[in-house]
Amino acid sequence: MPEAALSLENITCTFASNDGSGKSYTAVKEASISIAPGEFVSVVGPTGCGKSTLLNVGAGLLAPSSGKVRVFGQELKGVNARAGYMFQGEALMPWRDALSNVVAGLEFAGTPSAQANEQGREWMRRVGLGGFENRYPHQMSGGMRKRAMLAQTLIRDPDIILMDEPFSALDIQTRQLMENEVLDLWMAKRKAVLFITHDLDEAIAMSDRVVVLSAGPATHPIGEFTIDLPRPRDVAEVRNNSRFVELHQAIWGVLREEVLKGYAQQKRA
Amino acid sequence: MSNSQKNNLTLRFWQVLLLVVVLVAWHLASADNNFAFFFGQPVEVAKVIWAWFVTNADIYRHLGITLAETVLAFVIGTVAGLAFGLWLGLSRGASALLDPYITAANSMPRVILAPIFGMWFGLGIWSKVALAVTLVFFIVFFNVYQGVREVPSTLLDNARMLGANRKQLLRHVYIPSATSWVFSSLHTSVGLAFVGAVVGEYLGSASGVGYLILQAEGTLDVNTVFAGIVVLTVFALLLDGLVSVVEDRLLSWKPKAGETEKL
Repeated sequence: MPEAALSLENITCTFASNDGSGKSYTAVKEASISIAPGEFVSVVGPTGCGKSTLLNVGAGLLAPSSGKVRVFGQELKGVNARAGYMFQGEALMPWRDALSNVVAGLEFAGTPSAQANEQGREWMRRVGLGGFENRYPHQMSGGMRKRAMLAQTLIRDPDIILMDEPFSALDIQTRQLMENEVLDLWMAKRKAVLFITHDLDEAIAMSDRVVVLSAGPATHPIGEFTIDLPRPRDVAEVRNNSRFVELHQAIWGVLREEVLKGYAQQKRA
Repeated sequence: MSNSQKNNLTLRFWQVLLLVVVLVAWHLASADNNFAFFFGQPVEVAKVIWAWFVTNADIYRHLGITLAETVLAFVIGTVAGLAFGLWLGLSRGASALLDPYITAANSMPRVILAPIFGMWFGLGIWSKVALAVTLVFFIVFFNVYQGVREVPSTLLDNARMLGANRKQLLRHVYIPSATSWVFSSLHTSVGLAFVGAVVGEYLGSASGVGYLILQAEGTLDVNTVFAGIVVLTVFALLLDGLVSVVEDRLLSWKPKAGETEKL
């Protein structure tokens, strides 16, 4: 087996509670996930189960309480420089226009600005934002901001792409459009992707593998499914595939109980 | 003419009328000598202003000095507040250590520092600049401090993931974020720079509009005092308008309240 692009080994994350009760909260416990180079892995789980925590650990933004993160075999220290991270919330710098936001990563790396801008324009065309280079984030719609964030992440050509429910705030049409675009871009470059979502349909339609997480606290993977649907896929059409329906039923069988557990816990809290 | 324009004009009319009524009432009341002694006469006030700006043309030197003090205090106070705010905002240790002293320095009535600045910097413009700086500094400082503390964590994480090092985070995330907070306090800080300059002059100086007012007060020349007040008010309004223009230019990236998203 080739070396994993990103492997999380026995990750445990315990947070000190800040309500003064002295209790601590274990969000993730003994979780292991590994992603091969070029593999598209989705992680699904009930809301609030610590999916984002795992992703932040993989990004090097959060140091786990115990466990190891390896990036292409090397133990991760500090921010994961080989990864690009597409956040769930608004991450564009509001004082920069779209183009300057897209080229920010190149600028930080010291790329000459003429070259960076040229690449930036090309990426903006690629994500369908050609002609909107001078718009400020507040002048763009939610979908356009997501596209800009996508270009901003991918322009650095990261070997690992981390995505945290990137499209959850979009309407269903825009969402499917963007899912297909991401798949196309991924097919062309074949990078390792760790994709977090709470939407099982999205996970199956896009991934090579789906990992199901248990309800929190002490989240850990409880099931793994290889998605053997043919590629290239269209996220809207693939839903009618009989294999898709089978996989959906199988995964939902595992996920359902966790969702109910998570729901019951939230109601109690 | 649209309805709202008409309403606007009507409102302007009533606003001007109110001013005229007040001036006429003042003028009529000032026919009484006792009243005129304490409240001055509008016609005399106008004559003083006319003499200052046209016939004698001797106010420009004083006005220039007051404005120079204002601008210097504004620039020095803003830069110092920005630097200090960034430093304390980013360094938990320093802010924890200095917190009580900053609170104390901010609650101290700073006008009381004027005599000390007079001793340190003499009666020239620098003692006034120093006083005004103490007023501007804290406004900017607290805004920047707040601005640095409240940079959204997603924005920071995103910049870090895009490969920004500490210096780049400071330059491309913390400073722009803090600057937008500074701009939101520009109106207050320019106003306070002006106040500091005039109060400083009033407490001891050899030139400036505050000095003119002080002189007039010494000879019980209430008309000149009022003329000084009118001139200061007009220039305060002008400075404020200038700030609005600069603000519009520099903060074009900011959404304005009620502005729709352009697609």
